[in-house]
Formats: sequence, C-alpha cells, structure tokens
Amino acid sequence: MTTVNPADPTEPAASSMPPGEPPPATVPGVATVHGVPVRREALYFARRNKKLVGGLAVVLAFLALALVGPLFVADDPLAYVGPPAQPPSGTYWLGTTTFGQDVFAQFVHGLRATFLVGIVGALIAGVLGMVVGFTAGYRGGAVDEILTMVTNVVLVLPVLAVLMIIAAYLQVRNVAVQAVIIGLFSWPWVARAVRAQTFSLRSREFVDLAKLSGAPVRRIIFTEIAPNMASYLFMVFILLFGGAVLFAATLDVIGLGPTDGISLGLMLNHAKQWSAMNLGMWWWFIPPGLAITTVVGAFYIMNVGLDEVFNPKLREM
Amino acid sequence: MTLSVSDLAVHYRTTRGDVRALDGVSFGVADREIMGLVGESGSGKTTLGKSLIRLDSRMRHVGGTVTLDGRELPIGDDRAMNSFRFAEVSIVPQYAMSALNPTRKIGRMVRELVESRKIRFASVRAELDRRLDLVGLDRAVLDRYPLELSGGMKQRMVMVISTLLNPALLIADEVTSALDVSTQRAVAQALVGFRDHDLVRSMIVITHDFSLVYQMADTITVMYAGRLAEKAATETIVTTPRHPYTQQLISALPEVGVRYGGKRLSGIPGTPPSLLDPPPGCRFRDRCPLAFAKCVEEPPFVEVGPDHFAACWKAQ
Amino acid sequence: MLKLDGVSKTYRVGAFGRRSMTAVRDVDLELRPGEVVSLIGESGSGKSTIGRLILRLIVPTSGEITFGGSDVAALRGGDLKEYYRHVQGVFQDPFSSYNPVFRAERVLHMIRPAYFPGVSDADWQVKVEESLSAVSLNPGDVLGKYAHQLSGGQLQRMLIARALLLDVRLLVADEVISMLDASTRIDVLNLLADLKERGLAVLFITHDLSLGNYLSDRTVILRRGSVVERGATGKVFGDPQHPYTRMLLSSVPRLGQRWSELPAESYAGECRYHQRFPDGGPGLAQVDDDHFVACFKLHEGRTV
Repeated sequence: MTTVNPADPTEPAASSMPPGEPPPATVPGVATVHGVPVRREALYFARRNKKLVGGLAVVLAFLALALVGPLFVADDPLAYVGPPAQPPSGTYWLGTTTFGQDVFAQFVHGLRATFLVGIVGALIAGVLGMVVGFTAGYRGGAVDEILTMVTNVVLVLPVLAVLMIIAAYLQVRNVAVQAVIIGLFSWPWVARAVRAQTFSLRSREFVDLAKLSGAPVRRIIFTEIAPNMASYLFMVFILLFGGAVLFAATLDVIGLGPTDGISLGLMLNHAKQWSAMNLGMWWWFIPPGLAITTVVGAFYIMNVGLDEVFNPKLREM
Repeated sequence: MTLSVSDLAVHYRTTRGDVRALDGVSFGVADREIMGLVGESGSGKTTLGKSLIRLDSRMRHVGGTVTLDGRELPIGDDRAMNSFRFAEVSIVPQYAMSALNPTRKIGRMVRELVESRKIRFASVRAELDRRLDLVGLDRAVLDRYPLELSGGMKQRMVMVISTLLNPALLIADEVTSALDVSTQRAVAQALVGFRDHDLVRSMIVITHDFSLVYQMADTITVMYAGRLAEKAATETIVTTPRHPYTQQLISALPEVGVRYGGKRLSGIPGTPPSLLDPPPGCRFRDRCPLAFAKCVEEPPFVEVGPDHFAACWKAQ
Repeated sequence: MLKLDGVSKTYRVGAFGRRSMTAVRDVDLELRPGEVVSLIGESGSGKSTIGRLILRLIVPTSGEITFGGSDVAALRGGDLKEYYRHVQGVFQDPFSSYNPVFRAERVLHMIRPAYFPGVSDADWQVKVEESLSAVSLNPGDVLGKYAHQLSGGQLQRMLIARALLLDVRLLVADEVISMLDASTRIDVLNLLADLKERGLAVLFITHDLSLGNYLSDRTVILRRGSVVERGATGKVFGDPQHPYTRMLLSSVPRLGQRWSELPAESYAGECRYHQRFPDGGPGLAQVDDDHFVACFKLHEGRTV
C-alpha cells in the first residue's frame, strides 16, 4: 500500500517528472500541470510582478477618476461656462476650450464614456470570440471549417470602409452603437486563439475520461476545457479592454464616433477641428491624448506582467 | 580521461525553499569506462548529469568539486563552463529529438554549431560523414529538415553532433526512453560504438531502465533520493547487489519468461522522501525491509568489496 | 464478449484531406471474460487506435465491433451510457488524465450524476471508500488532494477504482504503467492481475514485451496496423514464428543476458502462412493450438 509523506500535504510529489517521457506540451498562458498548486503560485507571483502591479495601479487610478470625477463637476460637459481659451487655472483645472467649455469636466466625463465603451465592446468581442473559438476548436470538421472561414472574412474586412458606410446610414450614433461596432470587429483574433487552445486541450486525456463518464459536450467545454484556459481568457479580456479603448478613441478622432456626448477621442477631434494645436491650446489636446496613451499602455503592460505570472518559463527567479 | 567527483551538492531554488536534488555525491569514472547511472524519478540522476555540464540555470552549485583530468571544472559558473561544453564535456540531453531546430536543415545547423566554436565546417566535414556512416545514417540526412526524420534517426543525429569534437566525457541522458524497442537497441549499440571507436573517452549513461544499462555499461551506479546507493561493475551489481534498494529494484523487474502465475513480483512500498526537507540518516530507511536502529545515522558510501561501493550499514 | 471483426480505421491527412493513412487494417480480435489480452506493438502499430475504437472514442471505417452481440459503433445516448458502465479505459499519462484545476477525487465523483443519480451522499461515500480499498489505496491518503500531490501509481490506481465503481467487465489499459517508476509498476500490474481473478477482462496495450508476458493469458502482436501473430502468451513468447516477433524479442534488453548472446533474429525457413495458404488471402494461419501467424512479409522493410 503506498503512502504519501504526511509532513507537508501541499508539497510537489517527488515523482513529478515521469521517467523518460516528453513532458506534456504546456500551452502558453495556461498554468502548468506539474508542480506547485496553480492558484496559490499565481497569486504569489502576481503580487511581486512590477509590471502587473504598476499597470493595474494606473488603470485603477484612471477608473477612480472616471467614476468619481463627474460628481465634482457640472452635469453637462458641453455647456459654455467660462471665458474662452483660458489656460489651466485655479477655477478651471484644465482650462477652457475655444467656446469656453470646461476642459476638466469634459475630461472626466469623457474618461467615463471611454471606459464604458471599452468594457462593453470588450465583453461583446470576448463572448463572441469565445463562442466561435470553443465551438470550432471542439467540434472540428465541417463546423470548424465554416467558422474559420467566417472568422477570416471578418478579420480582413476593411474596417474603415465599412464604418464610413455605417456612418452614412446612421444619422445618430451613440456610445452603445459604438461599443457594438467595436465588439463586432474585435472578436476574430480571440476566436482564433481560443480555437487553437481548445484544439490542444481537447486531445488531453481528461477530456477522454469525461466522455467515458457520460458527460455531454457542453459540460465538457465548460468544466473541463475552459477552466484550464482561465488565465489565458483573463489575459484576453485585458487585451480587449485596451484594444477597445484605443479603437474607440481612433474612431472618435477621425469623426466616426458618437454624435452626442463627449469622450476623450471626441475631445481630440474637437481640438483638431478648432486648431487648438496652432493656437497653442495645449491643455485641450494633451490631457486626453496622454490619458488614452497611458491607459492603453497600462493595459498592455499588465498583460505582459500577467504572461510572466502565468507562464513559469518567463519568470526571473 | 579521468573524472573525479567529490562531495557534489546541487540544489534547486523554489518558492518553498531549496530542493536538495544532489546531496554530497562522490565517485569516479575511469578512462574508457561507460558508467550507467540508474535511478527512479526524483533520484537526482538527471541533476547529476546536468550539473557536470551546467546546463540548467535553476541549479545552484552548493558544494563539492568536479575534476576532469586533474583540472577542476567551473561548474558553478555558467560562462566559464562554456569553453568546456561540447569540446571536453558534452551531453545528449533528454528529449534530444526535440532539440533540433525545426526550421533549419540539419547540415546548416551543424555548420552553425561548429563555426560558433571557431572551427571551419569544411575541416570537420569528412569526419562528420564518417560518423554518420558509423551510426547508420545516410549522408543525405544533412539536407533534410528534422521533421522528415524518425525519432531514432533524430536521436542518432543529436548523438553525432554532440560528439563531433571528440569530448572526453559524454553524458547521455535518457537517450532511448521515447524510442521503440528495436530502435532502442540500435541507438544503444551505436552509443557504445562511440566509445569503442575512440570518439569519446568515457560516458555516463543516465536511465531508469536497469536492463538497458546492463547491456551497455561497464559499471553501474544506483542513485536514490539525491545520494548514491551502490556502485559496482555491471556483472557484480546484478549478481550480488549489496544495497537493499538495488536488491529490490532488480527483483521488481519483469523479465520475458517470468509470468504472474509462476513468480509474483513485488514492488517497493512507499514513496521516496521529499527533497525539500529530507529526513536525517539513510533516506531509504522508511521503505527498507532491513532497516534497524543505526539507520538514523547516514551510512557512508564505502567500499564493501573489490571496486564495489554501497551506502548501507548492513552491507558493510 | 467483445469481438472485433475485420476492423479498419483510415484517416484523411494532408491539405484538404487528399491522402489517407491507415492506422488499423483488417484486425480480428476477441476478448473473453476474466482474460487478460496483451496488445503489443511499437509506435505506429495502431494499438492505441484499437483501444480508442473499443472505447468508442472513434468509430471504425470498416468492419464491426460487437459487445455482447450489439454493434458498438451504432450506440447512441442511453445505450452508449450503458456501454460505458461495462467498458472503461485507463490511459498512459496519469497527470494528463486528471484535470489540474480540480481535486483528484473528482474523477470518482464525475460518474455519479450519470450512473448513480439516486444514491445518497452517505452511501456514495461508502462506495467510494470501498472501491479505493479494492485497489489498495488508503482513502485518507488520496481524498481531498490535487493530482500533483499524489504519485503516478496512486493516480493510476484511482482511475482503476473509478472503473470498479461501475459494473465494469472490460478494462482497456493503454500503456498504463509506462510512465510509472519501476518500483510502483509491479504494484499496478499485480492489481490488474488480481482483478482478473475477479472476472474482469483486461486489454493490456503496451510496447513492453516483458510486461505483456508477465500479465497476460493471450498476446497479440501488431505491426503497422495489422496483426502479425497472436495466441496463448506462452506459445507466442516461447516459440515465436513471425520474424517481426522474433526481432522484437531479441531487442528487448534483458538482465543477465547480453544482446550479442541471443540467437539470430531472422527466420531462415519458409513463410508459415504461405505454407498453409499458398495463394495468400486474409486472416491468419494456424500453426498450433491457439497460435496464429500472418504472412512473414507483412509490412516488411521498416525504416528506423
């Protein structure tokens, strides 16, 4: 009868490396099978990873500003409240626009709108990508061929051209529409990545065992495959947030953004339209530009940090 | 060439402390000797092999020395070892077949490797061809991608590459584990052929397969839980093993000709101790049928017969 | 009990599936209750494919697999579930068979919803502990732990315990001990042998001849998807007829005998199959009571 050393129940088994067989291929982003408990080790490294902690701090700071900021300023950021073209001062922290609008009010409202678009767009893209990816990866065969073809078509669609056509038809666009559009264009890479990982996971023996236990397909995907990709899916969402924010800002700047409301990209658009750069009104375009760059950059750096946390081979021990 | 290892200790750093993978190992390898290193997983045999060439950055050399032909090997220093690797000490690593870059043709890879050592490829070309013939590989192999070769062919290719500069010591780590039994025989015999043809002076063959190492090696060393258990000439250790672990290991081997109905084999109950915090004294103590009071004191690895070493109080 | 009749499995490979690869070619096999049959072959022999065909994880391209008379490939839904009550599998890599996200004991509990819906928690706990004891595992040692905290031997035994919870009659053991240490292999082998005494049939798939020899009543040697020799283990190992079998036996490293000391590999005589069937044909030729062999030239010319 074999016994396990009772001294430390959480220690890795001494025979963690089976004799003479190649190790199971570790999928990047998926916590390794052999060795220390998955979650505890992830948390340990997460706390120590400067990129993750730094990036998260920046994102949370901006998020806090976006949530709390609008409570301290007037309700309508587009209202004409003060003397035009004023540089930052005690009353107007970021100065005013050409029309006398409070730039700071616009900034915090815009930040909120940008985050909203980011979250909703990321969710739509993420869910869509995962559904397509899991189905294609697990089923294989004809279903996979069709879904992959659809994915590839959406991937190569000329986004700008399509958006301009949409802009021509929809006279009024709001933040929700923008989020949907972003979601509908951002999902293909998610689908491809999820499909690839599902392919590699579905031939693992625990999936066979689940089939031999009479489990239905849906249950296999949700309880066997998806949890093994949890870390990767988490990273996917982080990337999607960052990407959605950038995409929204891009659309806004070139004028394909919402027709009402304000966002960081729209601020840049207005600033450009009213020659803020030529007039030297730096307080109008630098804060939103810097904010977009910083937030998106923070998301991407977080992602790099997360990759290090989840993939032991990248860690510096 | 002579290799002398004295009290070698190597630890791995983990988040929970140091894993004492090798804890005070001393032995020697003579000129033209093929030493088989046998152990189960966690015994430290791969660590020992890798530490002699320092190929794993997670290892920490904690103590002991390794002397090759009278010179001390700088196994604690990655950079300093570089000049020894491939030329004096070479390794055929585990999963060597995955070590071939899939995007390079094999000939080009060999050229790059050789030229990184400041040797002109043309000057070794003739020798390379000769060795390919020796292991039974067609010279056309140099023009192929690794994808086009079978497992056994890749393994032999890696063996040829690792020995191209005639190292004094070759470490072969589980080179046949992933191969079919017929290929295994061909590869194992090719490896012994390297020594017979003076392409390498001495070899350390690391494996978990006792029967395989019986076929190949002159001496066999058995490791358990980071320490040496027994070392003797092949025939000696198989006919008169003195350490209880070796005895049990041999009796747990099913042989062609042994059937369940006839003679029921038995395994060794229990599991090896954790190397994070190993128990004092003999590490086989908990599973040893001969354990007695003195075993809480670590038995020294001493000579118990002519050229026959064992670490057991009962063997002395 | 389980019968394979002329079973073949062909895969489409290459871009657009232009080429085909035959993994299993025209295999006949029969498994009787309480019997251990070794399926021995090297890589590419199709032995794992046969295991998966029997476990209905894939279906044959031609031929028939019947269990108690009914066609396995045609099973669906509830019938398939019943099939898995009697036929189960254990695979090679114990660490890959356990989903690392969950505790190890989940492999035992995951069959509960489908097969033991009405059983109370207390009764279920008793059943689990009984099946663990039946495989010589101490429930206290293995319950509540994750897979990486247990040894390979314990994990494989737990998988066998899982099969025992059901009313399993046939266990497909696919290289179950090749990833275990030498000292634990024997224990799992002995366990399988003990289960045989209790009426369980085992299909023992392996590349290791000594293991097959130790455990099995009958042996089947596979090469490139076809059976080259089969029969009672003592006969196949004691008096191997086919050159491939002889080559395999001579390549196995043995303790106490060097390779060079073993007799020559090739068979100088005539092809026993063509002695019986001079004009060729399917199937195997009988050379002795419960000993069959295929044409000596079947799939000759292996490249290494």
